[in-house]
Amino acid sequence: MSDYNFAYLDEQTKRMIRRAILKGLAIPGYQVPFASREMPMPYGWGTGGVQVSAATLTPDDTLKVIDQGADDTTNAVSIRKFFERTANVGTTEETSKASVIQTRHRIPEEDLREDQILVYQVPIPEPLRFLEPSEVETRKMHSLEEYGLMHVKLYEDIAQHGAIATSYAYPVKVEGRYVMDPSPIPKFDNPKMEMAAIQLFGAGREQRIYALPPYTQVVSLDFEDYPFEASKAEHACDLCAAEDSYLDEVIMDDAGGRMFVCSDTDYCASRRKAGHVGAQGTNLEEDAA
Amino acid sequence: MTTPLLEVRDIAKFYGHRIGCDKVDFDLYPGEVMGIVGESGSGKSTLLNCLAGHLTPDAGQVRFEMRTGEMADTVTMSEPERRMLSRTDWAFVHQHARDGLRMNVSAGGNVGERLMAVGARHYGNIREEAIDWLGRVEISETRVDDRPTAFSGGMQQRLQIARNLVTGPRLVFMDEPTGGLDVSVQARLLDLLRGLVREMGLSAIIVTHDLAVVRLLADRLMVMKDGHVVESGLTDQVLDDPQHAYTQLLVSSVLQV
Repeated sequence: MSDYNFAYLDEQTKRMIRRAILKGLAIPGYQVPFASREMPMPYGWGTGGVQVSAATLTPDDTLKVIDQGADDTTNAVSIRKFFERTANVGTTEETSKASVIQTRHRIPEEDLREDQILVYQVPIPEPLRFLEPSEVETRKMHSLEEYGLMHVKLYEDIAQHGAIATSYAYPVKVEGRYVMDPSPIPKFDNPKMEMAAIQLFGAGREQRIYALPPYTQVVSLDFEDYPFEASKAEHACDLCAAEDSYLDEVIMDDAGGRMFVCSDTDYCASRRKAGHVGAQGTNLEEDAA
Repeated sequence: MTTPLLEVRDIAKFYGHRIGCDKVDFDLYPGEVMGIVGESGSGKSTLLNCLAGHLTPDAGQVRFEMRTGEMADTVTMSEPERRMLSRTDWAFVHQHARDGLRMNVSAGGNVGERLMAVGARHYGNIREEAIDWLGRVEISETRVDDRPTAFSGGMQQRLQIARNLVTGPRLVFMDEPTGGLDVSVQARLLDLLRGLVREMGLSAIIVTHDLAVVRLLADRLMVMKDGHVVESGLTDQVLDDPQHAYTQLLVSSVLQV
């Protein structure tokens, strides 16, 4: 056991964060300010998500941490270790066995259940930020529901690229009221946000928490003649042959060699275990033999 | 007998002990262009900002005829209502185009912003309208995707005008619309403005220190000094037969080339 309080943060801080989470759940999509603490990791590494996870975890929880869909990248490994040491909770890489999932930039491929919580790490919670630099003004725009500016961004995309080129952090409207930044998830994941699990968003440096209760209506913004499209690379996974998952493109050599693999490592591994083999994959059991 | 579009009653704005503007009182009728002239610091911009809802006056009323026909006090109305007015029925042309434009958004996006703000969600229609408006302010269609940073000062000012007029406002506030432009560009801009005002039947309030601008555009004139209106009347009457000593000074100060 460690000398830290359970899950690193002191109880008063966790209560403060829980209040912000409850307020966020009561007003889906609204950015609730909270007194973000300094965490033992730099801003940009998920300080917001970690604080939300710390306030959410109980000793019986099982934690999964993913970074760009993967369980084995630096960010994911260090946050998982952090909670193993400070909260002594069980951890897993399997989506279905986790009760709390902290994520950076992806939603797991497997459908989440009502007894699960998905915690997002958010770098910039304000969807209007790059068009309107003033925080005072953006808050007023949210409160008066003046969201025309968000479409100016999409207009610019079409004018410059012939299509809506925003491919991640694609703005959504929540329950017909607040426009929300879904954190930098690919727009492929946007339709998945109407899910059974609770979704919590934490931005540490910007000191904001927002939330989506289960089954909240989440609509991606678009134009009538340029409707929203959840795009992905037009390939099947080269390891597990999945055609419905979001893919990473991996450069293999300097002669144009590349392969497409699932960004969700757990999804890919479980498919391979079940015997699916992609174009460049090998059978797992033969590997072992 | 027509009713006024805008009724201004005893507007006053103080900055501590200093007077911004005091006891300003006038009516503006539909289709009328009112000029406000005066030297720097005479309170004309303060007055304009009070009328346009950018500043809250310390006393007085500003009543505007809504599309429903009723007169609404824009000082006491709720902020959402006022902001709605300022992107539908009102337009504000700033002296510096940079204050009124989004410099990192293309010309088409700048013109389209007001359309999208009132609910337009069809890209093709928005773009068509934007191109139409660029044409009306003499900006070539080929520049529609360029950013205002790539435009000359005169073009930026014309773009700002297009962006403001696209939703068909009924009242336009202009703060020194020709300030900082060279004379030939000024002349073209004035010509354009005069055409648009007549063609759309716009009512406008123009603040300027340039008497030539009001001579060309304004039907009526108010002369301000130290926050007070010292003289008002028909433009030609005030300029050709100034009564107040300050107006006489102002008229005689214009350089004759």
